[in-house]
Amino acid sequence: MILSRRAVLGGLIASIPATAPAIAMGATFAALNYPITPVAIADGVWMVAGADEPIRRDNGGAIANITIIDTPAGTVLVDSGPSLRYGEALKAAAEQLTGRKVIRVYITHLHPDHAMGLGAFPQEIVAALPGTIADIQRDGQGFSDGMYRLLDDWMRGTDLKLPGLPIRTESESFGGRTLRLMALSGHSSADLAILDEHTGTLIGGDLLFHRRAPATPTADLARWRESLGMLDRLLHKSAVPGHGPFDPSGREAIAQTRDWIDWLDQSLTDAVRSGLDMVEAGEMAIPAPLSVMAAGRYELQRSVSHFYPALEGRLLPRIDKV
Amino acid sequence: MTQQAPSVTAYPVDPLGSPMWEAHARTLFEDHPVRFEPALKLSMPQIAEDQHRFPVALDARGLGEVKRMVIFADLNPIPLAADYRPLAAAPYLAIRIKLDQRTPVRGAAQLADGSWLVSGAWVDAAGGGCSAPPVSRVRGDWAQHLGEIHGGAWPGDAGATRLRFVIRHPMDTGFVANIPTYNIETLSISSADKVLGTMEIWAAMSEDPAFTLMPMAATGATLSIAAHDTNGRDYTASVTAPAS
Ligand SMILES: [Zn+2]
Repeated sequence: MILSRRAVLGGLIASIPATAPAIAMGATFAALNYPITPVAIADGVWMVAGADEPIRRDNGGAIANITIIDTPAGTVLVDSGPSLRYGEALKAAAEQLTGRKVIRVYITHLHPDHAMGLGAFPQEIVAALPGTIADIQRDGQGFSDGMYRLLDDWMRGTDLKLPGLPIRTESESFGGRTLRLMALSGHSSADLAILDEHTGTLIGGDLLFHRRAPATPTADLARWRESLGMLDRLLHKSAVPGHGPFDPSGREAIAQTRDWIDWLDQSLTDAVRSGLDMVEAGEMAIPAPLSVMAAGRYELQRSVSHFYPALEGRLLPRIDKV
Repeated sequence: MTQQAPSVTAYPVDPLGSPMWEAHARTLFEDHPVRFEPALKLSMPQIAEDQHRFPVALDARGLGEVKRMVIFADLNPIPLAADYRPLAAAPYLAIRIKLDQRTPVRGAAQLADGSWLVSGAWVDAAGGGCSAPPVSRVRGDWAQHLGEIHGGAWPGDAGATRLRFVIRHPMDTGFVANIPTYNIETLSISSADKVLGTMEIWAAMSEDPAFTLMPMAATGATLSIAAHDTNGRDYTASVTAPAS
């Protein structure tokens, strides 16, 4: 009873639709096309860059990077974009690029900018970690509601679908091209990272943010740090981050993500201990070396929202009379 | 807000163009003079990441003696979150509120002459980014923790103590079938027998309401917190004012 009571209460507040300007819907409807522009980054590997922005109507939610890999057995995609419309455009662009049908789609984690385009593909070729499938099962409807509220017609026809193929192996080979599948966590409860052994390209999903501040709505910072340590020990040559530009060094995105979450962890702890309110914590100075990260202020304020109440509960002593 | 007889006072034109401005102004400010004042500092994050818990800080320091401070969201079904009287406190109030939809969020401060200063901004209540927020997160432990208060006191400016505390409370709005309104409705801060500040509170304030206040308290003085909810339950806590 208590569980459902809290759920219902929370749901009511959040489910009342925003009175966002309705005029935008009609005006943009005719022009809703996702430009898919794959850029070659290694032999048989392309990246489709997401916009370095929040999910907004003017970008249709296409903010995550997508990877296309051409294998002798067919085309492999890593992540599927934010909507059915995006998934369909991605499928067409990828198949035109390689001349081969898409045979596998990996979903790196639960977030809707990566996962909600999977409906464009047969469920049995969409693979994800078991933890990711469970995450989408639990949070997918909430994310879907949020995406429809933000993006309207961009989302038309997008239903909540689950990946059909739980990943239980450490690699998969497609006509001799082997992809290493690494089950990690920290950005979410289950984060898939993929190494294309042929080219040494590491596809980090949202474990890697490059010149773009990390987002933390489902993060566990300690586990994220461990996962970054593990990625840093790989002998890869380059890296595709979940957000931000391709990293030809393969190291910069790892270091930047780690520096940001280390700073965030320490700064939020210090803020609670020194008596700052959430608003003040969201206004704290971002040190100069981290100012290369786009959307820094925005993500800091989101992170304050994600972590502050729990930190207060942990770091501020009980003062009631018991 | 209740409907009242038309006021004779003409309120200034709302820079935010809110459909509810006149109605709220009439209810809250009655016939007192009202002006929009940029020096009244209302601080909020640029995004409402969590619509159940949106932080707002209202700072009226440096504007003269302040009798009352209110924080409200025009288009919330319960617009008013807090009505604070800083009796012996620097006029600073930070809380967290619920947001129902895109709405103006405002702070107002009443000066000694009765006039009101108002500040505000539109807030978009639908978040975004790497992920849109999930509709709800189930937390089943509220009853076991009801009334727990976590907090502390830190040195403040000009004789004030920075007092922060969080009270575990569901703050039910009463809009869900079979769940009546249940919220903390009054709060007072005192030291020895002197009341330093009082507040009226509505369910527009977030679950587990959090407060940052700046009462005037001497080093070593005990600051007492007393809250009361709509079921008649009392909550008390105390901290020692630190050396400044
Ligand atoms: Zn993500």
